[in-house]
Amino acid sequence: MNARWAYILGGFIVAGIIVSYVMDANRTESVLSFSLRYAVPLILAAMVGIVCERSGVINIGIEGQMLMSAFAGFFGAALTGNLIAGAMIGVGTGMIMGAFLAVGSVTWKMDQIIAGTIINILATGLTSFFYAQGYVLPGVMPTVAVPLLKDIPLLGPVLFNNGLYTYAAILIAVILWVLLFKTIWGLRTRSVGEKPSASDTSGINVPRTRFINVTLAGGIAGLAGAYLAIEAAGTFERGFTAGRGFTALAIMIFGAWNPLGAMFAAIFFGLTQGVASQLQSDAVFEIPPQFVNMLPYVLTIVLLAAVSGRVSPPAAVGKPYEKD
Amino acid sequence: MSVTDPSKTDLGFSDPDPQRGGPLGRLPSIVLPIASVLIAFAVGGLLIWLQGVNPFYAYWVMFSTALGTPEGLLRVMEKSTPLILTGLAVTVGLRAGLFNIGAQGQLLAGAIGAAWAGYAFTMPLAFHIPFAMAFGMLCGAAWASIAGVLRAYRNVSEVITTIMLNSIAIALVDYLASRPLKEPDQPISRTPEIAETAALPNFGAIPTGFVLAILVALFFGWFLMRTTSGFRFNTVGLNSSAARYAGISVKRTIVLAMAVSGALAGLGGAIETLGVTGRFEPAFNAGLGFDGITIALLARANPIAAIPAAILVGTLRSGAAALQFETGIEPEVVDVILALTLLFVAAPIVGRFLFRKRNIKTTRVTSGWGS
Repeated sequence: MNARWAYILGGFIVAGIIVSYVMDANRTESVLSFSLRYAVPLILAAMVGIVCERSGVINIGIEGQMLMSAFAGFFGAALTGNLIAGAMIGVGTGMIMGAFLAVGSVTWKMDQIIAGTIINILATGLTSFFYAQGYVLPGVMPTVAVPLLKDIPLLGPVLFNNGLYTYAAILIAVILWVLLFKTIWGLRTRSVGEKPSASDTSGINVPRTRFINVTLAGGIAGLAGAYLAIEAAGTFERGFTAGRGFTALAIMIFGAWNPLGAMFAAIFFGLTQGVASQLQSDAVFEIPPQFVNMLPYVLTIVLLAAVSGRVSPPAAVGKPYEKD
Repeated sequence: MSVTDPSKTDLGFSDPDPQRGGPLGRLPSIVLPIASVLIAFAVGGLLIWLQGVNPFYAYWVMFSTALGTPEGLLRVMEKSTPLILTGLAVTVGLRAGLFNIGAQGQLLAGAIGAAWAGYAFTMPLAFHIPFAMAFGMLCGAAWASIAGVLRAYRNVSEVITTIMLNSIAIALVDYLASRPLKEPDQPISRTPEIAETAALPNFGAIPTGFVLAILVALFFGWFLMRTTSGFRFNTVGLNSSAARYAGISVKRTIVLAMAVSGALAGLGGAIETLGVTGRFEPAFNAGLGFDGITIALLARANPIAAIPAAILVGTLRSGAAALQFETGIEPEVVDVILALTLLFVAAPIVGRFLFRKRNIKTTRVTSGWGS
């Protein structure tokens, strides 16, 4: 998106938040906290998309990767009785799913969208088949308040009193931005996604770079899945990623394949959802619940249509690399 | 890539190079899907066995209930009908280079559209059925056209929009069936029953809708291979720049292909409403769209091959309920089998093993991404 418009939009949002904070502090804080929690899996999933697409691989299978990891993470945590172990199992599962996409799209040079779709269908099938009722988590993850910072009005309770996943999501976005734009790894990754033949000439192993990046990105999808099952929902239900993996792709595009841009896009997305739910529960307007449910999906389409032509994907995305 | 004769269009997922022939000649295009299905069944059997049930018994239960009795056969035909049509919907999209993941939403649009046209109007039988069907197709086409127009004129990936439109459609039909189109004085959300004049009859033991679906599949086999419009679809799908140089309006072809695709899925929903359920209820029609993808890829985007592929999937879906009843195996085992089938058809694992060829071509079906 055009940077100027992003600043104007951001300015309006900040002004709106301050006005509403002055009018009703508690409610504003709760809406913002809700929005941030809603944004966490979207931030993480968008990072998966960014790492993959910056390396030249479309990952339409984020949804399935998250679903499998949520499943493995939840049952891992329930069976081991340890939430951290569950999260690790989730991340591991995500990396296996990432490697699955890497084998399909890099090693076998399959059509990347079909490879991702297979991941989605396979994940739906496997998690539904092995789904079992009657398991509960051994507890809840504690929220960690950052000393001093948590006492800042508005920002403190919203930003600095969260679960570990929330901090991790923001940290990953920031680190990824640094890695992508300030390190050799980032330069190589971007070159592989923009012009693989040139990277190859300069001695970068294109398939290996793509393979490693897609696999590692799967780990982030695993973290997103673990967050959904272990922290956000505290349970696992069939198909409960509910299209977040696809929404994340739209957020990635909206954020112009930039980790920080995508993070703000995801928070904006969460904000609309938070405001809509609050309006609904306050019965300000009589909105049928179905319309609130469809809001994220409608917004995804609107955002995509709005930014189309203003941002461009990495040049080599979707093309298997063929050495001449 | 040059523009190929559409009659030779072969999406050929992991197919050995057809020009090279090889010991099996053109046979691989049939052998590969069959081998994939068999291997998927073997893996599914392993899962069933791990649950402590004899897989041969389980498969026997599935197929004998589905195919062994007249009622079972009727149900298989009823289940296969929307699957043939959603399979065709995905196929038509693939031919034009579009990956329509939204058959589910388009089918729902068609199903509720046909239900409304079926109960809200009074007209003679000769008009009512075609009218309700056409209206269902129109709803499906309109729903798909959102994605088609966005793809053609704003270059927004149809993969994301059709998935989003699925979720929107699910919420929207739920709203429609619970508010404006709800049957009055009923505790559950559903539309009133369609008029008798709109109900699709059975042709003896065969549902009319099934016959219709097969005719539509045959028509599209002819349409895609032998007509100018079909040629345009294929050309745009194979090489859109070549299509542009040849004077084909790529944008219009994309919108048209998406609308046709949506109309087919909508027809599937309409037939389901008019021939099987008799009304629209949000719980019906779940998951048919994703099976359409499996069917289209299993049939290698060949409209006629979509018929047996859909009947296979319909048989499995139909037998799954009996499987659960008899053995306690979750019916979702079918989802696993279908996903594995798709994997083996689309990934060059089985092909490589079967044909002992290292350098197998995997053809691309989708083009364009992002903005």
